[in-house]
Amino acid sequence: MTDLTSLTISQAREKLRAKEITSTELTGAYLEAANAANNTLNAYVTMTDELALEQAKTSDAKLAQGEGGDLEGIPLGIKDLFATKSVHTQACSHILDGFEPRYESTVTQNLFDDGAVMIGKLNMDEFAMGSSNETSYYGAVTNPWLGKDGTKLVPGGSSGGSASAVAAQLCAGATATDTGGSIRQPAAFTGTVGIKPTYGRCSRWGTVAFASSLDQAGPIARDVRDAAIMLKSMASPDAKDTTCADLPVPDYEASIGKSVKGMKIGIPKEYRLDGMPPEIEQLWQKGVEMMKDAGAEIVDISLPHTKYALPAYYIVAPAEASSNLARYDGVKYGLRVDGNTIDEMYENTRAAGFGEEVKRRIMIGTYVLSAGFYDAYYIRAQKVRTLIKQDFENVFAQGIDTILTPATPSAAFAIGDKEMAADPVKMYLNDVFTVTVNMAGLPGISVPAGLSNDGLPLGLQLIGKPFEEGTLFQAGAIIEQAAGTFTPKKWW
Amino acid sequence: MLDVLATEQEITVPMEASMTELVDVRTPNPKNFFPGEDHEWELVIGLEVHAQVTSNAKLFSGASTAFGSEQNSNVSLVDAAMPGMLPVINEVCVRQAVKTGLGMNAVINKRSVFDRKNYFYPDLPQGYQISQLYHPIVGEGTITVQVGPDKAGKFETVEIGVERLHLEQDAGKSMHDQHPTMSFVDLNRSGVALMEIVSKPDIRSIDEAKAYVTKLRSILRYLGTCDGNMDQGSMRADVNVSVRKPGDDFGTRCEIKNVNSIRFMGQAIEYEAKRQIDILEDGGSIDQETRLFDPVKVETRSMRSKEEAHDYRYFPDPDLLPLEFDDAFIEEIRAELPELPDQKRTRFMEEGLSEYDASILVSDKSYADYFEQVAEGRDSKTTANWVINDLLGALNKASKDLDNSPVSPTQLGGIIDLIKADTISGKIAKDLFEIVWNEGGDPAKIVEDRGMAQVTDTGAIEAAIDEIIAANPDKVAEVREKPKMIGWFVGQVMAATGGKANPKAVNELLQKKIAE
Repeated sequence: MTDLTSLTISQAREKLRAKEITSTELTGAYLEAANAANNTLNAYVTMTDELALEQAKTSDAKLAQGEGGDLEGIPLGIKDLFATKSVHTQACSHILDGFEPRYESTVTQNLFDDGAVMIGKLNMDEFAMGSSNETSYYGAVTNPWLGKDGTKLVPGGSSGGSASAVAAQLCAGATATDTGGSIRQPAAFTGTVGIKPTYGRCSRWGTVAFASSLDQAGPIARDVRDAAIMLKSMASPDAKDTTCADLPVPDYEASIGKSVKGMKIGIPKEYRLDGMPPEIEQLWQKGVEMMKDAGAEIVDISLPHTKYALPAYYIVAPAEASSNLARYDGVKYGLRVDGNTIDEMYENTRAAGFGEEVKRRIMIGTYVLSAGFYDAYYIRAQKVRTLIKQDFENVFAQGIDTILTPATPSAAFAIGDKEMAADPVKMYLNDVFTVTVNMAGLPGISVPAGLSNDGLPLGLQLIGKPFEEGTLFQAGAIIEQAAGTFTPKKWW
Repeated sequence: MLDVLATEQEITVPMEASMTELVDVRTPNPKNFFPGEDHEWELVIGLEVHAQVTSNAKLFSGASTAFGSEQNSNVSLVDAAMPGMLPVINEVCVRQAVKTGLGMNAVINKRSVFDRKNYFYPDLPQGYQISQLYHPIVGEGTITVQVGPDKAGKFETVEIGVERLHLEQDAGKSMHDQHPTMSFVDLNRSGVALMEIVSKPDIRSIDEAKAYVTKLRSILRYLGTCDGNMDQGSMRADVNVSVRKPGDDFGTRCEIKNVNSIRFMGQAIEYEAKRQIDILEDGGSIDQETRLFDPVKVETRSMRSKEEAHDYRYFPDPDLLPLEFDDAFIEEIRAELPELPDQKRTRFMEEGLSEYDASILVSDKSYADYFEQVAEGRDSKTTANWVINDLLGALNKASKDLDNSPVSPTQLGGIIDLIKADTISGKIAKDLFEIVWNEGGDPAKIVEDRGMAQVTDTGAIEAAIDEIIAANPDKVAEVREKPKMIGWFVGQVMAATGGKANPKAVNELLQKKIAE
């Protein structure tokens, strides 16, 4: 019998429907793999074995009747940012100690309604703030890809647990969220596919907020098809989130396999950075060739305000975060560290409950919103945001269908990288190619396109028009077809 | 570094509720001046009234707004600020705000934006209040206020400008008296919709301030957008007070927070004005600060200085889209507007009421409603007299609301009908009113059962007159000299008939018989 955990979602779906395997078997295999790997990779912060097997049993009953949803019996990992009813939901922060919501997020509810099985909650950067998954209260996640001489690498962040678990086959697919690159960067670092859909495509209801105007849920999966299957299930209109689009969700899977002949693919010159490693430049060129070979038309474009995106992002996101995280005050739920006065209790609780990176961003956010600084920072950043959006609108108006860029400026780096630890801005630069997409509210997908000189996966990013995720799956499948898929050698 | 500093200098500080330049639109009126040691002073008052929107559900959640529910029973996941919860605007509250704006003849902003006002307090679960700082739903408007009546029964009409009306969430309630070492929090009010109605600094006296709040409350009640019950916290005011020499520039103001009755507001302004005048007359200066009114000690106390003022770090709430609607939406609401106090007052005067009567009757929606029920098919002036002098007078003496009146409009109408039909005299009617007040019942039946109908049988009256004339020939002579003296005979006849004789008939017969 084939190794059950090596099946993609689409493959497992076939076998489940054909009754070649059961969800109970499949779920059992994933639970075993995930539990065994967790000491090494630390991808999960909690396992939900019992619930998973129960869900699997229900799915098996449906499958036996020839019924079931699009994800019936498929075992998934859920990022700890999504509220899951009566299950650990702590955004990997100490301050939410013991928090188990009485509600289910819209995204996970959609997945469960389609028959998905949850095998556990996935590790992540605390409150999704980080690009290496090292800020988690539950410790760093290890990338299943090893560096030169066996160096342990980060899986990227903030959805590092999701990416690591998918790459190491500890779940069939995973939910993730992306505020500045938190789906696409870890996907690129682990050889997986990650898509951040258009802002408003997935409901934010029940997802712990980081930066409300930028946060979007999306999947990390083993291939483009799996990502398409998952996104179709995760996305929905939702009256409980007024920023959620009231648009029907198309069948994304139908886009896969469509020709890109005649498709206009933009190559933005501003994404060619000084000091960018040659292997990234080469990968990008390789991507251009792949698209050309498939019949697409390559067009040089300009997105002139790109260089302002990262600084503006690091004003807008912390500003919103400083306000969104004010509710974690020790009064209602989670951690409380007592004090003699209410202010002392707040100070003690928040000092103990938040990690360094979260505190840094709360302080930046508080500062940029302060009287006397608001106009210079927040308002100016919002203006930059408008300009970035216009850059994209202009090129799309010129007939560009999708934009091709590198996903990250480098391959995965070592856990505990001293340079990044010493200079947070170096860490922030990981998002340089991805934040523009969040600032403009556009969809972006990261697809593995090759390996670095050190044998590490590298990803290419495709950016699309609003609500045209289908185009990204269509073009992403072309890259995947040309580059193949990438699986790390098991060492854990 | 220098570059950054240079930029900071250019930045304008957003100020809450004072974003437009203050303009003095009033001419100093000695009538309003406040006494001081050396000279008279003029008060400058601006009011921020927080009015709870009448709606079944909260501003951004489906939880109930019912008053007096068990603690923490009207709390949704949103109100408790559970992680990942999102606000969704309640359209009813939007309509109510627009309706209120129309009732104040104000500019309705078809696009408004919700901002977050950030501060920490245990009864503010989100750590921020959702409000509207930069783009409120309603802009400038006017409230016309009748101040008075003065001794001559005259009212002064004053126009008070409204700066803005915005929607915001109420906070919960902290309770510090439930446990020796802990405070408790009740979130029932958390997220309830409030309209903050900010006046311009156009108010110049305590009477004007009271008249403004009374009028505003009346408009809100007419519109049905706020119940105006200050004792239940549905309406409360932050009062900005400054003093100046008449005609000078505006002085430094102090803000008195959360005044929850019109009487307390009068007391708070009076105390605060005296306090500021004392300081200025002693050569001191006023510190801009936020103060609290203590209704027990009848004084205001410093709460926090300008330096201690919170930096609320307002910014647009990214969870909510800008609030946008079209002219059709506004017109639909305009079509639902009821007759408002000013229109009603004009109509009442056109229907023959005095300015005084009309003003009293429209001052409270319940008065006008009651009056109109009684006046239906009856004489307005008579009805107004009965409602104002007799009914409201009696209610006032008994400290009762009109809603709890022992005399219903039907009953009062019945009494008036009996006078009109000459069944009872005006004097007997007063007695009848008292019986109905105390015992209830149908006035016509009471009159019949107790033999209160006036005697119109001229035979019986004539007999009584003849008897009195015969017994008092000297008085007859006097009346012939001085016709005014006839009142003495009227009194005698009324006494002889137990007050039931028809005064008109008595008069006529007396005139005739004495002249004979």
